[in-house]
Amino acid sequence: MEIDYRIYEHPIIRFKRGRRVRFYFEGRVVEAYEGESVLAALYAIGVRVFTWSKKLGRPRGAFCMIGKCSSCFAVVDGVPNRRICIEPVREGIRVERQRGLAEIPRVEDVEPVETVNIETDLLVVGGGPAGLKAALTAADQGMDVVLVDSHYRLGGQLVKQTHKFFGSKEYFGGKRGFQVAEELSKKVLEHPRIRVYRSSEAYGFFDNKVVGVAVKYPKPLNLVVKADAVIASTGAMEKGLLFENNDLPGVMGAGGAQTLMNEYGVRPGDKALVVGAGNVGLIVAYQLLQAGVKVEALVEIMPRIGGWFVHAAKLRRYGVPILTRHTIVKAIGENRVEAAVITRVDENYRPIGGSEKKLDVDLVLISIGLTPDTRFFSQAGAVLKWIPELGGFTPIRTRYLETSIENIYVAGDASGIEEATTAFIEGEIAALSAAIKLGYGSKEAVERREKLLSYLWDEYRLSPVVSRARAGKLKATVSEEEMMLIRGKKFGGV
Amino acid sequence: MGGGVAKKIVCRCEDVTIDDILEAIERGARDLETLKRMLRIGMGPCQGSHCIPIAASILARKLGVPVEEVLPPGYRPPLTPTPIKYFLKGGGESDQG
Repeated sequence: MEIDYRIYEHPIIRFKRGRRVRFYFEGRVVEAYEGESVLAALYAIGVRVFTWSKKLGRPRGAFCMIGKCSSCFAVVDGVPNRRICIEPVREGIRVERQRGLAEIPRVEDVEPVETVNIETDLLVVGGGPAGLKAALTAADQGMDVVLVDSHYRLGGQLVKQTHKFFGSKEYFGGKRGFQVAEELSKKVLEHPRIRVYRSSEAYGFFDNKVVGVAVKYPKPLNLVVKADAVIASTGAMEKGLLFENNDLPGVMGAGGAQTLMNEYGVRPGDKALVVGAGNVGLIVAYQLLQAGVKVEALVEIMPRIGGWFVHAAKLRRYGVPILTRHTIVKAIGENRVEAAVITRVDENYRPIGGSEKKLDVDLVLISIGLTPDTRFFSQAGAVLKWIPELGGFTPIRTRYLETSIENIYVAGDASGIEEATTAFIEGEIAALSAAIKLGYGSKEAVERREKLLSYLWDEYRLSPVVSRARAGKLKATVSEEEMMLIRGKKFGGV
Repeated sequence: MGGGVAKKIVCRCEDVTIDDILEAIERGARDLETLKRMLRIGMGPCQGSHCIPIAASILARKLGVPVEEVLPPGYRPPLTPTPIKYFLKGGGESDQG
């Protein structure tokens, strides 16, 4: 029988697969469905190695699944370094796995791409919850908006969130993430004042305050955007964990597995070990069960489960062992995970000799938290600060979310890891702030911003379950006066 | 085929292991910028989004300083792998220069 990892029955999601598309993978014809990524289509037929690393030639597989790492680099129609997790399947394309560094193309093979200069009031980099909300808010204030996103589908990580949001109707309480993504994306795409470029990556911020954007589809374009303000809602990246063979195909970020099973309806494996029992780990473990994956165990290095009791209780009802004071020491396998070794740890988190246990799994999911994606801010020269409560480096900002580079704002997970609701609110605050500063904001905009700020800081973040994130956000926020001083100093690049 | 030797990889893009980082610190690296220049961490296609936080934690622990005191390294464009064909044609008449 042919290998098929696609999910056809799921308790929550009905996968609407598009029309059939055929493409070539290393000479063989692969059938896929429109809307799938190249990686998802290949994963569905059992391919697990997508690239071999450039120095050590180590096999690498699906890892971040959101176009941020380098573990799925392939050659698509002769172009190397393509992240096939965000490459849409198209009729007749040729895909080959990449073996190490690609050859430099010869000049005669290169067709130069046209450069187009455009101007706009606001550029939004990243179309997740913060970016979508920011674009809509600014456009409603009368600003012309350009929104770019590296994926061919808008919505950021909302597209793989299958649980219902808590909280008020205004912030989509009662709806599931992927439904909210559809709703907001539609509004953004239909808005007359918003121009959307998907499959488009911001590659740099330059001296004359322009942002370079490489548009890949439908027509390659070097888009040079001059914007009066920029909101960078670039999201986050899974944190890595050190253990032997932590790069073996089958070791994946928890979010990567969610992308496969919840966005594309592809089962990420047969038997899984989940590392980290915070809310993400617990939720992903449950979603694995829904996708038909057996969860052998969840390990948590701390003495207690980090996530909510309700999530843990659900897993226990299904007989999934949650092992606290345990961690992973090793992944075993030739070209993909065939087993994993876990161990008990002592009160200093050191492995206890003799307590190792080998688990027969083909999937190891890392869910030890996220770290903000700050590449854009670093390169632009914004002052960053390491804030453990927020997951790592993040730009310092005023309460209006403006960074140390005037008119560049941060919103969503890039400003420190929280969740979708705060991302919506931050997106709106950043957009209102840009509008007010540039003279678009009405009196209502100022009132609305104050209302949002007080709701965010004095209500939403006061909940004890998010007190850590609140403390982190406080550390990252400086007064207007402090920001003036910081901007006055010369922080030359190194 | 096969990965061969068991390794703990810090930076997937540049194949940098934990041992490489520890050795570089041993040889005198005291900040991320130096680690970057010695090992190329943060200079690969993912631009450090995976390795820099791990390297920062290791560095802080080894130097006995709070991780808050570790400064991020510098970054240069392009932030993402971009084919050379995007930069071969000039900027057109409205180029800001």
